Amino acid sequence: MSIAEYIQLVFTDYTLRTITLGTAILGATSGALGSFAVLRKQSLLGDAISHAALPGIVIAFMLTGSKDSHVLLSGALICGLIGTFWIRGIITKTHLKSDTAMGLVLSLFFGFGMLLLTYIQKQPDATQAGLDKYLFGQAATLVQSDVFIMIGVTVVSLIVLFLFWKEFKVMLFDPDYTQTLGFNTRFIDTLITFFIVLTIILGLQTVGVVLMSAMLLAPAAAARQWTNKLSAMLIIAGAIGAFTGVIGTAISAQHDNLSTGPVIVLVASVFVLFSFIFSPGRGVLFKEIRMRRNRNDLKLQKILQVMYDIAKTHRDISHPHTIRMLNNFQGISKRSLQKMEAKHWIKVQGSEWALTDIGFETAENLYNQDIGHE
Amino acid sequence: MKENKIAIRVDDLTVAYNYKPVLWDIDLKVPEGVMMAIVGPNGAGKSTLIKSILGIVKPIAGSVSVFEKPYKKQRKLVAYVPQKGSVDWDFPTTAKDVVLMGTYGHLGWVKRPGLKEKKAALEALEKVGMLPFKDRQISQLSGGQQQRVFLARALVQDASIYFMDEPFQGVDATTEIAIINILKELRKTGKTLIVVHHDLQTVPEYFDWVTFVNVKKIATGPVKDVFNDDNLTKTYGINYKVAVNK
Repeated sequence: MSIAEYIQLVFTDYTLRTITLGTAILGATSGALGSFAVLRKQSLLGDAISHAALPGIVIAFMLTGSKDSHVLLSGALICGLIGTFWIRGIITKTHLKSDTAMGLVLSLFFGFGMLLLTYIQKQPDATQAGLDKYLFGQAATLVQSDVFIMIGVTVVSLIVLFLFWKEFKVMLFDPDYTQTLGFNTRFIDTLITFFIVLTIILGLQTVGVVLMSAMLLAPAAAARQWTNKLSAMLIIAGAIGAFTGVIGTAISAQHDNLSTGPVIVLVASVFVLFSFIFSPGRGVLFKEIRMRRNRNDLKLQKILQVMYDIAKTHRDISHPHTIRMLNNFQGISKRSLQKMEAKHWIKVQGSEWALTDIGFETAENLYNQDIGHE
Repeated sequence: MKENKIAIRVDDLTVAYNYKPVLWDIDLKVPEGVMMAIVGPNGAGKSTLIKSILGIVKPIAGSVSVFEKPYKKQRKLVAYVPQKGSVDWDFPTTAKDVVLMGTYGHLGWVKRPGLKEKKAALEALEKVGMLPFKDRQISQLSGGQQQRVFLARALVQDASIYFMDEPFQGVDATTEIAIINILKELRKTGKTLIVVHHDLQTVPEYFDWVTFVNVKKIATGPVKDVFNDDNLTKTYGINYKVAVNK
């Protein structure tokens, strides 16, 4: 199938359109809100909440006997929120660190959820079949009404984000200070957390309990590499999230046996990897290049300074000296002399070098460059 | 000194994290317009004292009033400069944006900073000598510059009382002088400054009021009256002068 054919299919085929739209919206929302989790150093929060939601799904089924996704996800939401309160309770009531609290809640709730799941799977009737799809998600089960709910949640969270932008920002950066300004930090915190939980729950059907946290973290981690502005980070993370949703769906739709959730997560990981290596400001590659260039510049400057000290002793600064007298000095090579000549610092003639006026001035000002900022 | 109003009154303040009290029954009266150092050994509860006055740490007992009214009603009169190390400086924002946060309290919920606030932020950056760095990502600033940004953020609040948690920690001599000059300038305009301070040597030079804390309040008053060997020994548990001269 060509790309053009596929794009046409996205617009005409109900299932494909629903899944593509669903994963795109889910990716956008979880990417943007995931930025908050990453900046608060609560990367594990997504993992904890999504795992904590599992018993909610099973209990909702046991109570209602319904496998309607809205019923099950309501159960997941309640259980996810309970998990969140437990995490907060453990942090405030004990002296455990937040990662410990999250880890505890994650394994406790998930363990309980798995226990219930295996228990009902042993029941003789087959009605419970398919609950385990929430472990890894199944995008194909998305229907239009699911997508509408996602759109609804996204719109509401965008409005809240817009209204309380300033409060979120200062709270993320410096919660103690926010409190002294007179803001109710508990309220802001609850608001942020509630929308993160809501997004996670919405993602369970598509991506599943186990991989949902990647939807939250990967776009945010990638976006952080490209910007130093909070608003830009949220927008980029949202865009990456949406894009991964679309691409991931496309890849899994082309093949029979690739489930959508894991493919989306893998695509997101590619973004992260790419960003870590190639982002101009923080990427590994450009950092390395910048460092090498700086080291080379420094080397040339150091040689220039030695030449300056030699040339200074002559009345005529352009008086030629033999290259051999520099032989002992670390870093001298034909290449470095050529580079210096290219910068018009020196002139090389045969086996002799001479400082130019530009070279002399540059050397004189070498020390004055970096001092004086502080 | 003329009979001044009481800027901060703390009564029976007691704070405990676990079983042992971190602060025990602190009474404190800080007159308006003084520049007060809070000194004491590590773990004596200096930071906790100002955090509990500001409501960041919840005391198990006690009350705090600002100009004789409950602190909660007087928040806008109080500005806070936290320890530099208390935040993650890799946060995606600029120096100007951080200073702008100082205007959020006056703005209240939802309302965004406008031209007036942005102008105030730039003026505050100018005062601390950081205007050329206004658009820098904050992780690209040196420790001293970060401290100045924090100071500017408090300045922009235009408060009457400033609480500062170790503003001289990890800054070089130039920055220390720049900061102390700004603080002295603030005091000249009648502001009250309460500063957690580590360097005993500079207390008489920088401050006119001092409080010794080591879980309990050991002493408080004008530097010339209470900054003496007796109180130092009581607070630090060693004969400070003798120990230094050894």
